[in-house]
Amino acid sequence: MTLAGNMKPIYFDNHATTQLDPRVLQAMLPYFTEHFGNAASRNHAYGWEAEEAVEKSRRQIASLIGANAKEIVFTSGATESNNLAIKGVAEMYAEKGNHIITAATEHKAVLDTCKHLEKKGCRVTYLPVMGDGRIDLDMLRGAITDQTILISIMYANNEIGVVQPVAEIGKIAKERGVLFHTDAVQAVGKIPVNVIADQVDLLSVTAHKMYGPKGVGALYVRRKSPRVQLTAQMDGGGHERGMRSGTLNVPGLVGLGEACAIAQAEMPEESQRLRGMRDRLRARLEAALDEVFINGSMEHRLPHNLNMSFAYVEGESLLMGIDDIAVSSGSACTSATLEPSYVLKALGLGDDMAHTSIRFGLGRFNTEAEIDYVADKMIAVVTKLRELSPLYEMVKEGIDLSKVQWTAH
Amino acid sequence: MAYSNKVLDHYNHPRNVGSLDKNDAQVGTGMVGAPECGDVMKLQIKVNPETGIIDDAKFKTFGCGSAIASSSLATEWLKGKTVDEALAIKNTDIVNELALPPVKIHCSVLAEDAIKAAINDYKVKQGGAPVLQAH
Repeated sequence: MTLAGNMKPIYFDNHATTQLDPRVLQAMLPYFTEHFGNAASRNHAYGWEAEEAVEKSRRQIASLIGANAKEIVFTSGATESNNLAIKGVAEMYAEKGNHIITAATEHKAVLDTCKHLEKKGCRVTYLPVMGDGRIDLDMLRGAITDQTILISIMYANNEIGVVQPVAEIGKIAKERGVLFHTDAVQAVGKIPVNVIADQVDLLSVTAHKMYGPKGVGALYVRRKSPRVQLTAQMDGGGHERGMRSGTLNVPGLVGLGEACAIAQAEMPEESQRLRGMRDRLRARLEAALDEVFINGSMEHRLPHNLNMSFAYVEGESLLMGIDDIAVSSGSACTSATLEPSYVLKALGLGDDMAHTSIRFGLGRFNTEAEIDYVADKMIAVVTKLRELSPLYEMVKEGIDLSKVQWTAH
Repeated sequence: MAYSNKVLDHYNHPRNVGSLDKNDAQVGTGMVGAPECGDVMKLQIKVNPETGIIDDAKFKTFGCGSAIASSSLATEWLKGKTVDEALAIKNTDIVNELALPPVKIHCSVLAEDAIKAAINDYKVKQGGAPVLQAH
């Protein structure tokens, strides 16, 4: 297979966003045109049909995560859901305590929200992760104090796909009377998520990571044992049980609901198919290349994620060689901050190994032929760049790179 | 990141990739940068003892496309020059030739450093005084 006649790169960046499923688009379209009503209009048919559509969406999301439809609060996406959950709890439960526990590998939407709260007087514990990317449950237990009001630990990581022991965290949180929020954007629709079994109190989702539209998401807010309350972060018309004001994005929510329904119906088959493709990619790369390393646990991992470091090959030059494949790198050169991935560094990787990492995020629309194309291309480019690499040459000569006196620059 | 055609050309067809015998008295080797910084350049020159002219130059670079292109270009320019002429190569010449954007100027600086380090190594081997490092 070649890309001749196909000008767009192969898309292997499904942790960043996913292609809208055509079935989702079809469900959304009428709500841009004939069914354009405001779901809050209670006195005419336009409003009623919009309300009916968003209530269906609420049921579809709830069904996918084992919740009750009344527990779904619509938002603009996971960043807003995370902000609402964490700031909303911190403000509502300020009299109970001011301590929040999270982890070093969380998404910036959680980390930066916590940093904001630190400036407002909250105390935040950032748990380190073990070499496999998971938190240490004993460390979590030890971090809980009588001031702890919230634990916020992601379901699955966006870079390395590592799935946290969410049910165990939920159990610990329940035992200690602490609320538990999880940013589940990478997990929902991909692996089974159940807010009852996992004892989750707050859970963030977004549509565009599961073949839905951008700009729409939801926050699950538990209503029973315990009934979670949040301080609204936006003032207005009191929509969404007063937790999130703002006219509902009806077509977007129809898309989110449809995306959830499709994911729920197809998850067993789809996750198995993607796992097979991911494992094939890994096997081919490992068979052809030495000095490649998997970042994060393979056992506790999303089926469609592979994150590998290709030692002695710099990430940006690697991306340049595979410009017909859309992936992400942990290299500093590709990040806005010019810092290598903080997630990989939290696993204990040195900057050099973080620089050489590639994240492959498979998705619904990828094919076996694309896996083979990507494997062939990766092998060819890594081999070529290693011929260019003074580091690879030195290692092959038996030189220990850690003992070399490098010239600082 | 958009790369200039010249950077792409050097990346896709790097000139003078390889290694010379670093123990040869006529060979000067420069190695600059560090793996943690994402750039390591090894640049070597081989000086003709009769003419004092750089007959051969080789490089290996761990780094981004601009770093690879800067060192590849440097080897092209080094060949046929005397050591003193080679010392006159400035990083700004590389920036101009490759149309490097501001965030990639450090790649050209590294290439100039690699040239100086290689010449330095050669001069020391020949019993001469080391040249001053620019950076």
